[in-house]
Amino acid sequence: MTETANAPAKAAFPDTRPAGCPFDPAAEYQELRETAPVSQVSCPVGVDAWLVTRYEDVRSVLADPRLSSRAASPSNHVNTEADLDAPAAPGSILHHDGPEHSRLRRLLTPEFTVKRIQAMRPYIADLVDQHIDKMLEGTEADLYHDFGLPIPSLVICELLGVPYADREMFQAASGVLLKVDITQEQRLAASGQVQGYMAQLVMAKMANPTDEDLLGRLIQRATAGGTPLTIEELVTLGISLLIAGHETTANMIALSAAALLQHPDRLAELRADASIAPAAVEEMLRYLSVVQFGVFRRVVEDLPIGEQVFKEGEFVIAALSSGNRQESVFGNPDEIDFGRNASAHLTFGYGAHQCLGQQLARVELQEVFARLYTRIPTLRLAIPFENIEFKHDALVYGVRSLPVTWDAQA
Amino acid sequence: MRVNIDEEACVGAGQCVLAAAEVFDQRDEDGVVVLLQEEPPAELGEAVREAAVLCPAMAIHVQD
Ligand code: SF4
Repeated sequence: MTETANAPAKAAFPDTRPAGCPFDPAAEYQELRETAPVSQVSCPVGVDAWLVTRYEDVRSVLADPRLSSRAASPSNHVNTEADLDAPAAPGSILHHDGPEHSRLRRLLTPEFTVKRIQAMRPYIADLVDQHIDKMLEGTEADLYHDFGLPIPSLVICELLGVPYADREMFQAASGVLLKVDITQEQRLAASGQVQGYMAQLVMAKMANPTDEDLLGRLIQRATAGGTPLTIEELVTLGISLLIAGHETTANMIALSAAALLQHPDRLAELRADASIAPAAVEEMLRYLSVVQFGVFRRVVEDLPIGEQVFKEGEFVIAALSSGNRQESVFGNPDEIDFGRNASAHLTFGYGAHQCLGQQLARVELQEVFARLYTRIPTLRLAIPFENIEFKHDALVYGVRSLPVTWDAQA
Repeated sequence: MRVNIDEEACVGAGQCVLAAAEVFDQRDEDGVVVLLQEEPPAELGEAVREAAVLCPAMAIHVQD
């Protein structure tokens, strides 16, 4: 091996948050945005990909039909065991493109309209209050396990029609499925477990579909439209919603609490005026970028981005967390600022696959932001900040636990 | 100002409703965008433009 025979090594995909601040994206992004906004990196899965780091380019990539989601699962670039040529499972909404994706998406969108989710707000507010009441019976809790996780779990179980009593199995399985460094064996074991469970549930609902829950309505809607969903499709859809509903919002609740407790001025603003909760939620979604490794796509037809042409068969990563910190779009991007309009952030993605459950996530987070910090004004960490364990190895970033305490209330 | 929507492209994300509820709604049956006012008054201009920018499917077009 001689030096000259070697092509220059590509930089590794930046997958490590900086040592200094656990809330910032990988340090490489800032320089890439300025000097090489479209660059090539080698990914943990063993392929090279174009890494797109600027806000506008991230949006163009995610909105372009010449890029496919089919083989390249959103985060398959960081999963070393991923099979990039595996066919998309029927009903797997994240992996389909074009008309097949639209068919699945249209069957689900009525469940997640702004109106539909607003109608759930009183129920969600009540759940948040109940969990705060329970916390206030004592003076310490784990804000992830006792608060962040149960609220979205209860909501998604209720919406889907999944008995909440079965949650432990899903919570464990979705924790495994969203990790980066799991083996194919672990993945299969966890997904087999959830699949077996969901298949039973779906079959029971198929025999007796009701209007009372999403799965029942989904079965009826597809049948009425002339193309009934198969058991396999329903199982896959059900699992995707269940997992997406469990982990994402749970991590946002606990991670944003960890960040806000480190920023007492921002917390004071929120306590002084709970009506800023919606703006605060958008800003924390932008600032934290919990979908930390971006979105992976495969080129199906050559397309130009900036100075480069992406060729058929190549891979592209849209770095959401990087776009969210772009100075020209969000001035002073590394600061938390509730006064800015952050709603054009990329945290829910962009294009046809933009998060289906975003309105639900918003309402859950808004109710938490408006209630938790006012109802427990002395809320603080029960361990030193340095001892918080962050989920660096998970597709959805967060904390493993967040021990908190507060003064007993009279 | 005149607004056009592309129902085919819409992915039901509801960003338009959040930005400008006076101008956009979503159909109950399939979540697809409904245009409530084709020619919204000037004071809604900013909100409508924001809806167009936020729409992930680029399904909202605004002409002055
Ligand atoms: S924001 Fe765009 S995609 Fe979403 S509902 Fe409105 S028009 Fe449809």
